[in-house]
Amino acid sequence: MEGCSKLLDLIPKDREWLLRRDKQRSHGCSEEKNLELRLGPPGGGGDEDIGSGEREDSMLSLGYFSNNNTCGAKRGFKDTVGLPAMAKESSQPCCNKVVDPSEKKKAFSPASADTAVLNSSQKKTAPASVVGWPPIRSFRKNLASSSSFKQALESQNAVPSKVSGEKPVESCQKGFFVKINMDGVPIGRKVDLAAYDSYEKLSIAVDELFRDLLAAQRDTSAGVIQNKQKGERAITGLLDGNGEYTLVYEDNEGDRVLVGDVPWHMFVSTVKRLRVLKSSELHSLCLESKQEKIPLHADYK
Amino acid sequence: MREDRPPPTPSRGGAYSPPPPDQVLENVLEHVLQFLTFRRDRNAAALVCRSWHRAEALTRLELFIGNCYAVAPRRAMERFRRATAVTIKGKPRFADFNLMPPDWGANFTPWVTFMAQCYRALEKLCLKRMFVTDEDLELLASFPSFRELVLICCDGFGTSGLAVVASKCRKLRVLDLIEDEVTDDEIDWISCFPEGETCLESLIFDCVECPIYFEALERLVARSPSLKKLKLNRYVSIVQLYRLMIRAPQLTHLGTGSFSPSEIVAQGDQEPDYSSAFDACRSLVCLSGFREIVPDYLPAIYPVCANLTSLNFSYANISAEQLRSVIRYCHKLQIFWVLDTVCDAGLQAVAATCKDLRELRVFPIDAREDSEAPVSDVGLLAISEGCRKLQSILYFCQRMTNAAVIAMSENCPELVVFRLCIMGRHLPDHVTREPMDEGFGAIVKNCKKLTRLATSGLLTDRAFSYIGQYGKLVRTLSVAFAGDSDTGLKYVLEGCPRLQKLEIRDSPFGDSALRTGLHRYYNMRFLWMSSCRLTRRGCKEIAQQMPHLVVEMINGEEEEVKDDYVDTLYMYRSLDGPRADAPSFVTIL
Repeated sequence: MEGCSKLLDLIPKDREWLLRRDKQRSHGCSEEKNLELRLGPPGGGGDEDIGSGEREDSMLSLGYFSNNNTCGAKRGFKDTVGLPAMAKESSQPCCNKVVDPSEKKKAFSPASADTAVLNSSQKKTAPASVVGWPPIRSFRKNLASSSSFKQALESQNAVPSKVSGEKPVESCQKGFFVKINMDGVPIGRKVDLAAYDSYEKLSIAVDELFRDLLAAQRDTSAGVIQNKQKGERAITGLLDGNGEYTLVYEDNEGDRVLVGDVPWHMFVSTVKRLRVLKSSELHSLCLESKQEKIPLHADYK
Repeated sequence: MREDRPPPTPSRGGAYSPPPPDQVLENVLEHVLQFLTFRRDRNAAALVCRSWHRAEALTRLELFIGNCYAVAPRRAMERFRRATAVTIKGKPRFADFNLMPPDWGANFTPWVTFMAQCYRALEKLCLKRMFVTDEDLELLASFPSFRELVLICCDGFGTSGLAVVASKCRKLRVLDLIEDEVTDDEIDWISCFPEGETCLESLIFDCVECPIYFEALERLVARSPSLKKLKLNRYVSIVQLYRLMIRAPQLTHLGTGSFSPSEIVAQGDQEPDYSSAFDACRSLVCLSGFREIVPDYLPAIYPVCANLTSLNFSYANISAEQLRSVIRYCHKLQIFWVLDTVCDAGLQAVAATCKDLRELRVFPIDAREDSEAPVSDVGLLAISEGCRKLQSILYFCQRMTNAAVIAMSENCPELVVFRLCIMGRHLPDHVTREPMDEGFGAIVKNCKKLTRLATSGLLTDRAFSYIGQYGKLVRTLSVAFAGDSDTGLKYVLEGCPRLQKLEIRDSPFGDSALRTGLHRYYNMRFLWMSSCRLTRRGCKEIAQQMPHLVVEMINGEEEEVKDDYVDTLYMYRSLDGPRADAPSFVTIL
């Protein structure tokens, strides 16, 4: 049971114990006074071992004891159809953790300990994540944003390299569909924000999406949807307030915001749905364009 | 193979002469043996004596090949000349998790080529983890009696292969595509089924990631009165589902497709009464799908819940509350697959209602080793207390305790399959911080019927001593990131008398441990060891001592192996020597 007790040594039972052991292993007795200083409140000092010890503890608590965010994510998912925005939220803390999961591994094999066992089995698994672990088939991954399913499948089909490890597919980056509704058009659509990288492109896409629908709505006399030559007008000025319509979005806090005010990536990370509203109605709310939020009105659709 | 059966005695001079006694005995034997269905019984019968061997070979209708490289197609099909149903398994399971480079093998082509000569009367085929091409499917479709095709975890074909099967197999009753990778050749294969009434009984294509032409599907369902099993892919919206269901109220197994509206949502449109469609399906016992579920539609399934024996929510991101609203009606449920989004509370609801549960699978919505899985030992304990008849469990989590696992071993003595995946590697009992040895030890000790075990979490050699000592019936063992030394593997190879399939990854087992299994490798289907501490020399030793063992060294990349350590060892017995189709990254020692 030699191996067993060695492993138990590594697992911190309380912070104090871990600090003491780290101290004994990596520093001489002359560091006693440093130890005393460190047994105060956390976060102090530049001593790396202590720092890493605290980080290890906090990493442990993040991993095992904290409340999960997924419950919050579920609430968001229920609200809107197929909307990965909330999933993005929940994946953000996860993304952060992915950044240095090797920190967590330190809890079990700190540099100062001599466990050949762990070192050997982790020899090839130093990178952030390991190929084929957890053992889930690729089509079961990325369920948090189901609309990115197909894209995730395609990325998994690429030949994985064992050395670099399988990169965790981040659901925040693949296929991000948000609902978009337009005033006067009963049929809503969906746009894939991952396909654009600027407001201009989004604006063009919105125009293309709704142009014929709008024309069909206008043309009440004909029962048939007109072909593209007739009755269609481009929808312009969505972003600058000059057009007949303006693009607005609802963010993760439920507020309505003019599209275009914040940097693109920030917009993508907080948008929940889009609306194309008649500009005339906007003015009645006395909007300024910069960073101002429109309060939700009950009579607003 | 000694197939020299004496020809039937010709009658002499027109007078009837009774066949010689030997022949009578063989005829009788054949008549009797045809009642033997279990493979194990048949294998035993075949060992009695030569005539029994012959008789059994001629009466075996179902041929099962557990490892496509263990025997050449010719040998298998010449022995069992009259088989009409064939099952072949190809790649080892770890290939599912990208641990094996693509193009490793398991090609179906040599089999179907031989079948085209020997097995033209073939009726049923089931392939698992095989590489199947469109041409193979085309050849299959030409067999006049072919009626049942089941492909599980296969790849290599596309919708064009499906189109050929659909159009040419006139007697097709079953087309089950389960977890396959199907390339989109942009062919509307559903439209390729011939006009007129079909004899389709089962059409499962939920894994096919290609849009389908719905109207063709609707017409197909309408003209398939025998259709009992229908599992749609996620390109079928809930409105389309409705239209199909009202045409097929006789369904017993339904995969619902996306279970959400299609992209174009008409706001103000009247939606059909989905629950009435479910209500009309009086025979529905198995429900799955929910690929892109909008939970608002869940109540539609209430009418069928009381009859369900199998429910698969493993793609449905639903909460505990949403699950509770459904599961409380599912008293007869025996098989339940779910996502961990339902949390421990959801599992508690399952435990409270599903007293007949036999199989539970809890999948993670976020399958990364540092995700925050919302299910834990609490859920496992609840299930063990509520579902005493549990036989099979697959459970992904991050936090587990020995106590919960021990409790399950005591509460659920019927367990046959226990697969626990603690996703963080080397994680101990999160309460006591001890290794998970005692938990797994209790499982092998108390669950006397256990045949399949998958371990995880922090495990020392002690866990393996338990497994070796108490795992009397264990046939399949999966080990990952576990153990301290060679001793661990030695315990297993010296114990576990029934061990057939051993798959190990990232564990510190080396050549010395490998040697201890020499006495049993011929009795195993395969051994897989990847990222362990095996050396090329050690593996070569094994290969030299065991000539009927095919010892494959698989390298992840095509570069020189640096320190003589073997990336992946995959070895298996074979009656016909090493395969001829090994790719360059495979070295057969």
